[in-house]
Amino acid sequence: MSQAKTVKLKIKRQESANTEARYDRFEVPWLPQMNIISALMEVRKNPVTCDSKQKVAPVNWESNCLEEVCGACTMIINGRVRQACTALIDQVAPSGEEITLEPMTKFPLVRDLVVDRSRMFNDLKTVKAWVQLDGTHELGAGPRQSPENQEEAYPLSRCMTCGSCLEACPQVNDSSNFIGPSAISQVRLFNLHPSGKMHAKERLEAVMGEDGVAGCGKAQNCVEVCPKEIPLVDSITQVSREATKHLLFGWLFS
Amino acid sequence: MAAKTAIRSESGKVRRVIVVGGGLGGLMTAIKLCEAGVPVDIFSLVPVKRSHSVCAQGGINASVNTKGEGDSPRIHLEETSYGGDFLANQPPIKGMTDAAPGIVYMLDRMGVPFNRTPEGLLDFRRFGGTLFHRTAFAGATTGQQLLYALDEQVRRYETVDVEDENGMAIPGEKMVRKFEFWDMLSLITDGQGVCRGIVAQDLKSMQIEAFPGDAVCLATGGPGIIFGKSTNSVINTGTAASAAYQQGACYANGEFIQVHPTAIPAADKLRLISESARGEGGRVWVPKNPKEARRGRDVPESERDYFLERRYPGYGTLVPRDIASRELFLACFHEGRGVFTSRTGKNENEVYLDLTHIPKPTLKRKLAGILEIYEKFVGEDPYENPMRVFPAVHYSMGGLWVDFERSADGGLVHGSPRNQATNIPGLYAAGEVDYQYHGANRLGANSLLSCIWGGMAAGPAIASYRKGMGKSAYDCSSSLFDGAKKREQDKYDAILKMDGAENPFELHGELAQHMLIDVTIERHNDRLDKVLAAIDTLEERSRKVNVLDTSSRMNQSAQFVRHLQNMIVLARVIAQGARNRDESRGAHFKPAFKERDDANWLRTTMAMHADGANGNSAVNYVREVSYNLNGQQVNVSDAVDVSLVKPRPRKYETAGAASATAADDKKAAPATAST
Repeated sequence: MSQAKTVKLKIKRQESANTEARYDRFEVPWLPQMNIISALMEVRKNPVTCDSKQKVAPVNWESNCLEEVCGACTMIINGRVRQACTALIDQVAPSGEEITLEPMTKFPLVRDLVVDRSRMFNDLKTVKAWVQLDGTHELGAGPRQSPENQEEAYPLSRCMTCGSCLEACPQVNDSSNFIGPSAISQVRLFNLHPSGKMHAKERLEAVMGEDGVAGCGKAQNCVEVCPKEIPLVDSITQVSREATKHLLFGWLFS
Repeated sequence: MAAKTAIRSESGKVRRVIVVGGGLGGLMTAIKLCEAGVPVDIFSLVPVKRSHSVCAQGGINASVNTKGEGDSPRIHLEETSYGGDFLANQPPIKGMTDAAPGIVYMLDRMGVPFNRTPEGLLDFRRFGGTLFHRTAFAGATTGQQLLYALDEQVRRYETVDVEDENGMAIPGEKMVRKFEFWDMLSLITDGQGVCRGIVAQDLKSMQIEAFPGDAVCLATGGPGIIFGKSTNSVINTGTAASAAYQQGACYANGEFIQVHPTAIPAADKLRLISESARGEGGRVWVPKNPKEARRGRDVPESERDYFLERRYPGYGTLVPRDIASRELFLACFHEGRGVFTSRTGKNENEVYLDLTHIPKPTLKRKLAGILEIYEKFVGEDPYENPMRVFPAVHYSMGGLWVDFERSADGGLVHGSPRNQATNIPGLYAAGEVDYQYHGANRLGANSLLSCIWGGMAAGPAIASYRKGMGKSAYDCSSSLFDGAKKREQDKYDAILKMDGAENPFELHGELAQHMLIDVTIERHNDRLDKVLAAIDTLEERSRKVNVLDTSSRMNQSAQFVRHLQNMIVLARVIAQGARNRDESRGAHFKPAFKERDDANWLRTTMAMHADGANGNSAVNYVREVSYNLNGQQVNVSDAVDVSLVKPRPRKYETAGAASATAADDKKAAPATAST
């Protein structure tokens, strides 16, 4: 069995943000249709490193749906931010190359590959990413919408809050408070909805200025890495235009 | 001390209700509670936006009848009862199917991007077990879109102040507080057996805390991970339901586990290909020649066996899931007609699910989400090639037993504190974790509906219970909470010290193999006996594991040891229930007992936890549960309320068989007949 195919992983380990990081190497048996998650699952069944041959604590990582709709398992795989579930071993390492796994860098580290993305959920509060509903009691049918409107809204609504766009964005860094592409795109989504747009002004005001639309440096990295191919740059451009209009002429209508 | 009010306890604390689980059931419960003015604490293993509800693909059922087919909630009720082989109580189903059109409208108002018709109305598609277009959908990621809509509304309540009796904001108190990355360890029950809160653990710091709550609602989903690989998300271990069961909650119909016919096999999970693929015209087939070497797309029409359509001309590929899964299993395992691979020289356990005859733009508009999953994980283009699929464990019809109060017209008394109440006073359940709506088999696109409806019923029920309760949980003695916290801390400390030889993840793999092979599509008593013996051994071995990681920060191994032990306890409930039920009904199929046996088995399986031999768990099956709700004594037997649709043999060979009596009603009342 020494000839059996294996998967080689090099994983960044860190107990907490305040402790020193190290890399552990693991080698696990290859399985058909294997992805990074199933390789990590193999590691924890026998967490022995290649270098020390010692048992170490199993790697901690975040995951849930394993089909790229929840956003949990986002990490950096061979230098690129993406979901670990859709990272198939045969595609990432077709000839059995070593695969490097690291946590995202733009969020506080929790442990190993796990980071704390709670700021993204707070940002959704800042931009009021919801329709202001009167209540959940029966009020009859919703507003009619054209298929075209649905086809514009649906892709925007698939954002999993995974953080890939923030990770890839050069404007998101320690010295900036840029809210990032995903929250701005949610402004576009809710300002498209027939009832949502009744509060368009509040959302635009929330993303004006340096921390909002003006913070975008147009690097376009976000659209490159978005797993759902959300037109994030279009969203920023549109929201930016609406925000400018509101800034210049909003007082006329208020 | 001041008197207790609607908002504050005698001690002046804000009286909150605890919801465990942040999927559709939990979030809907929370929204209904907030609307009733009740502040909520939500606990979830993951940020609620990442809950398992995101995995639901195809859609949500509601008899809105926009296609001129004469559909109605009455027909939806009948088809749901019939599809569930008459094991579900019918008044709760009626409550749900009557509310369904309003629920879909509500979701539309929340901004769910449902697919539209050219006139701008909601579009509906077909699903299994019905001939009507009854399923509203948002592409093929409907669950994700519904979850996001509820998540957004709950997030809004995170910004809303709690108001006191005079309408003044109470500083620092918001209507919703979220505890994400928290694991529920146990319920806190007082000397009278009333649920007063929970003990939970922060999965980042591993701190254990006791939380009072005037009521607790479990909305923690199903236990699919007991079967190892399934269509479920990794958090679906059933740990909270198992903990509640071990503290005295009745678990009902555990043996009814739905196997979905069409999933993609892989190493870590079996990814679902939604029934909507068939609802939109997808066809299931195997080559007539079992040694067919050509690729699927190259096999001519005349050489394909569309076996579902051949055997069930009435409903075709849209027979209910239990039937479709058995037919696929039969074709692959017993007849050896699965897709042949010349590379391996074997008939694989795979059949074709074929969409290639449908125009690409239509597929893109209606099914892109699932086709993207197939493309990403299999690396083949499903627009050009028939997909290769096989059944996978998908959903638990069984779950925590919950009550209901029947109204005069056969539906539910809205706001009755008995609705969604478990037999532990103050503990409620909603969503997949309850057993209420699907009987022996769930119809596709009824799960999103039952989750949301469960929350809509649970919220007002809890609000009524809280209104009628005597002492608030916030006025219970602190020793109750301190004691519960210490118990759980001691248990956790003991886990951290476990240094046995067994690897918990390996043990889980063994459990899953037994459950998957012998407790899914086909069940044989001799094999179930072996599974139960294996569960005995596994339970003993689970006390001799090695925790692998002793870190005091985020420690997923220690957490998993706890989940594993809870999974083993629930696995016994599932396997023992299957062993006992000597009949075939819905998803529960025994070749040795092929017929449904209403005389002996038209009843709810009610399991109560007991201590067994050698420190293991045992199951005590009862015929009645009783509990005391704010002074009202309630006794409920295991008889199924079939007062609205009389049980009859279940046959999908003939079109319209599932809705025959509702159709008769219509003929009798010509004023409402429309088809």
